[in-house]
Amino acid sequence: MIAALQKHRSLQGGLLILPAALFLLVFFLAPFFIVLGYSFAERGTYGGVVWNFTLENYQRAFDPLYFSTVLRSGWIAALTTLLCLVLGYPLAYFIATRSEKWRGVLLLALIIPFWTNFLIRTYALLTLLRTNTGLINVTLMNLGLIRQPLPLFGNDFAILLGLVYGWLPNMVLPLYAAISRLDHSLIEAAQDLYAPGSKVFLRVIWPLTLPGVVAGSILVFIPALGAFITPALLGGGKSLMIGNIINNQFLAAHDWPFGSALSTIMIGIMLVVTIVYFRMVQKEAT
Amino acid sequence: MSATSVQAAEARAKEQVRVAPERRVRLGSALLSLHSVLIFLFLWVPIIIVVFFSFNESQFLAEWTGFSTRWYVEMIEDEQTIVALWNSVFVAVVSTVISVVIGTLAALAMERYQFWGKLGMEGLLYLPIIIPDIAMAIMLLAFFNLSGIGFTPWRLEIAGLRLSVPYSVIIGHVAFNISFVAVVVRARLADMDETLEEAASDLYAGPWQTFTRITLPMMMPGIVAGALLAFTLSLDDFVITFFTSGAGFNTLPVRVFGLVKKGVTPKINAISTVMLAGSLTLVLIALLFQRKGGGTKSIMEINL
Repeated sequence: MIAALQKHRSLQGGLLILPAALFLLVFFLAPFFIVLGYSFAERGTYGGVVWNFTLENYQRAFDPLYFSTVLRSGWIAALTTLLCLVLGYPLAYFIATRSEKWRGVLLLALIIPFWTNFLIRTYALLTLLRTNTGLINVTLMNLGLIRQPLPLFGNDFAILLGLVYGWLPNMVLPLYAAISRLDHSLIEAAQDLYAPGSKVFLRVIWPLTLPGVVAGSILVFIPALGAFITPALLGGGKSLMIGNIINNQFLAAHDWPFGSALSTIMIGIMLVVTIVYFRMVQKEAT
Repeated sequence: MSATSVQAAEARAKEQVRVAPERRVRLGSALLSLHSVLIFLFLWVPIIIVVFFSFNESQFLAEWTGFSTRWYVEMIEDEQTIVALWNSVFVAVVSTVISVVIGTLAALAMERYQFWGKLGMEGLLYLPIIIPDIAMAIMLLAFFNLSGIGFTPWRLEIAGLRLSVPYSVIIGHVAFNISFVAVVVRARLADMDETLEEAASDLYAGPWQTFTRITLPMMMPGIVAGALLAFTLSLDDFVITFFTSGAGFNTLPVRVFGLVKKGVTPKINAISTVMLAGSLTLVLIALLFQRKGGGTKSIMEINL
């Protein structure tokens, strides 16, 4: 039998992939199809799922009451991505252009927060931002700089700040990888030909680091779109995103079909964004 | 004007052109440094403040009244937190072992073999990485509910504590970790020099011997990096655990979330500090292995 296996490499490959394939089919793909099925089903009177085909859940998702949250989540995620890019690109450039010794230190200073628990980091921000007892407001008021606490908590600002804080390393690390792979002779060539700094950046550096920009943007946009912890803790129960509505539908309202429809929409947006982005890179590369 | 003076004038003009941008460049690089310092402060200050106030005597977070370890004592005396700690470690160890085995085999298959359905498998391996964790969490919740597996617990005793860990949580963690392990190990395999394996078989080493003597040792840094990543992701996970565990089961992040919802106390700072120390240790171990592995890809670049 072993001899037969050695002869058939494709059979060997099939055997090696089998455990992963089975596991993901049962515990990833099947669950996805269950949720997809639920999204077209009806909610039972006592919260169960009744298998009657309906589009009502999707209609409800486009009801202004919920759809405004869906749109806002997309907007917040996009803004988070943009902010991470604007803040992260110079930082990545800075790290990539240091001496080897410094690069190691700075990368470590970036990796440690990245490997630190996301929930803990969000909690850290919460202790700073809270309206009446947060460190920032208490300090500013003790110093007499403000009379009323600043609205730092329980709003979209807090969520945006939390998301940028949480996912910035996701943007910087792929950017760093792309920038440190840059061929410096190309930049020097452009400078020798008297290209001004802005042109060197737009025509040489930016296109060459675009794969890093794309990777970083996907790594920020997707978790930001699906954010659940950040709005739950920093939104103060008032400012919500899709993740919180999905959570409510599954754990509180027991309307699984509606929650499933919202999840399906979220997964759909994620797939479209990923595919469009990768297409963009491929086009740019050719 | 003679030709030489024209050249001299041109040279002078060039010099002037060069001087101005140089000053601008210097200003630019100063701004760049300042920006980077501010971003690092932004990333680090909140974490440092949490650690700092975990040693605060006062129960209010915003005022420092004196050094104390009382919150650590409270943490140790809180049985639910200690149970949560062991739950976290147990789930992380078991799910890491399973996902390293399955993920490494998958990486070998994807990188070295052709087989039917490879393209589909490529997608299936990447999806758990990019899908938002809340979507994956409710998918698993729906699955465990519908399949009747439910939240059946694995009962065991560690350090005199009775744990009951739902199988669903372990399965959920394996489901997202397989993909991460596979990506990391694949990156290592792609970097590897295949001529060494060819040389081994030229010297009449059998396929099995080649694998155990050459391929596996060379894959090891990738496997270790994958295991560390899986272990960290499992320890850090909140969302998947929260949705696949049913009521009453805590890992450390779930416990912290519950405590924060009830009200902010310095005890949470103490738990956070312990978790931070854990993450820090893992990063250092990862770096150590990376250095041993001969400076291959940075652990951070494996993400995509």
